Amino acid sequence: MGRLVYSELLKTFLKKRTYLGFLIILIIVPLVEVVMKVEGGRYLSMTTRGLAMDFSILGNPFNGWFVAHSIMNSLWVQIPLLISFVAGDQLAGEATSGTYRLILIRPVSRTRVITAKYVVTVIYTVLFVLFLGGLSIGLALALLGGGDLFVIGRSIVVLASSDVAWRFCAAYLLASWGMISIAAIAFFFSSFVENAIGPIVATMGVQIVFLIISNIPSQFFDDVKPYLYTTYINVWQKCFMTLVPWDDVWKSVAALGAYSVGSFLLAWMIFVRKDILS
Amino acid sequence: MHRPSGAEPVLQTKDLGKRYGDRWAVRGLNLQVHRGDVFGFLGPNGAGKSTTIRMVLSLIAPTSGEVELFGRSLNLHRTESLRSVGGIVEKPDFYLYLSAVRNLEIVGSLIGGVARQRILEVLDLVGLGDRGRDLVKTYSHGMKQRLGIAQALLGDPELVILDEPTNGLDPQGMKEIRELIVHLARDRRKTVFLSSHLLNEVEMVANRMAILAKGELVAQGEVEELLKSGGQYVFVTGEPGTRIRSVLRGLPLSVTKFEEKEGGFEIWMDQGDIPSLNAQLVRRGVRVASIVPRRSLEEYFLSITEPQER
Repeated sequence: MGRLVYSELLKTFLKKRTYLGFLIILIIVPLVEVVMKVEGGRYLSMTTRGLAMDFSILGNPFNGWFVAHSIMNSLWVQIPLLISFVAGDQLAGEATSGTYRLILIRPVSRTRVITAKYVVTVIYTVLFVLFLGGLSIGLALALLGGGDLFVIGRSIVVLASSDVAWRFCAAYLLASWGMISIAAIAFFFSSFVENAIGPIVATMGVQIVFLIISNIPSQFFDDVKPYLYTTYINVWQKCFMTLVPWDDVWKSVAALGAYSVGSFLLAWMIFVRKDILS
Repeated sequence: MHRPSGAEPVLQTKDLGKRYGDRWAVRGLNLQVHRGDVFGFLGPNGAGKSTTIRMVLSLIAPTSGEVELFGRSLNLHRTESLRSVGGIVEKPDFYLYLSAVRNLEIVGSLIGGVARQRILEVLDLVGLGDRGRDLVKTYSHGMKQRLGIAQALLGDPELVILDEPTNGLDPQGMKEIRELIVHLARDRRKTVFLSSHLLNEVEMVANRMAILAKGELVAQGEVEELLKSGGQYVFVTGEPGTRIRSVLRGLPLSVTKFEEKEGGFEIWMDQGDIPSLNAQLVRRGVRVASIVPRRSLEEYFLSITEPQER
């Protein structure tokens, strides 16, 4: 299995398109953070416009932690899109290039082949999310310095600077876990098409539709929401509550895990029975 | 090429069939390839050759029947059966953004690991020794074909399955591949299953063959026997036709029968008498345009293939 994973790693990480996502992050994150530094508190005042009437904000909450936290919002749409570029290509890419005929005539089971591909998809996803975390936090702290973290959501939470670093670490680990479930969905779509564009479009379609349903306050959709992964994918946000609701966190982790495993099993069922006609 | 066929079948198909919707791509196929054979698998484009090869290499599942490799059912013992098989299916495709060596490393990882020395050896064997580090995207079609053969040989398989390996090659490239096939069979003791739509290619290298048409087997056996059973004739064109006919009627040669056909004459005779036939025709004032020796198997093959290719 080690050899198979190694050869899949070679295939994935020697391909230029694998680095497209990294390149985009490498351009966008510094750009956003430098602009935020230049524009100073304008972004913060825009965010807190509604609160200014009820609260008096003292000190400077506009620091590196605040910017790094804001960048995490890209985990809703932009990062899933970039991840699906690679995850959606894992199986469909072989069909497109005709290389299924090279690899599936060997004395190795299709189960082992697809497992190796899935392991590489997970490795890529985790590396990508951690790269986003490392770059955004590191650069934001370098540009804007540290301090207390001001979290504005349905409520306002202020976290002491000494209490923030571990929360970011936990949040990015949980975000990686969530992104694996999206990668698994792209991987599943990749198993039954012969072109990588299909899985990318389908994954983003699912992500956007599920996000819309998750955000519509309706009795009808409330019954459906427990079955949507988007209900749990915000698990990283829970790390920025004053008291982290660990029970909820583990529940979300389990639900996202079930989605990942379920998607992989569906992909496996299709893949082992698939007639290779490409 | 004449090689004795061993008794032991390394590849056998039993009533093998594949159906897509209402259409049978391959039906009731019973093939037997023996150890040491260079087995020609002939048929026009669309006859079902590649579908058969895909079933033999487990890329597609048969609708009916089964494949046996080395006496084991492919369905029940896929991994063990494929351990001694290497192949190319249709055109050889590779990871174009990787070098030939990297591509072969990847194939090697799927057959349990292969030493770097072995990779260099197979590249040398197919004449790509000095281009192994180049990206495959810089390769010509002929080089990709040769790399396809290299990957098929990487695991030192007993049975090598080559699907139209000379497709798209120039005459020199075709000759080199044919020589390589003969070398594999004669010097390296490989059994070669060679799919082709070119009868002469199969004739030059194979000792046994099968002909597939519209997904069904129409002939199978020793190449020599099949060619002999068909008989030989010459096809003569020239003017005037009436004089050719009269010459043939009184010819003191080995002519057993003749027939006017497609603007010429099919003359069933010993092909050693062709120079005498030509001399007689010219002496009697026939302007001979062509005298072409033909075998009935070729005609038979063409009669199968032509209607489908139209």
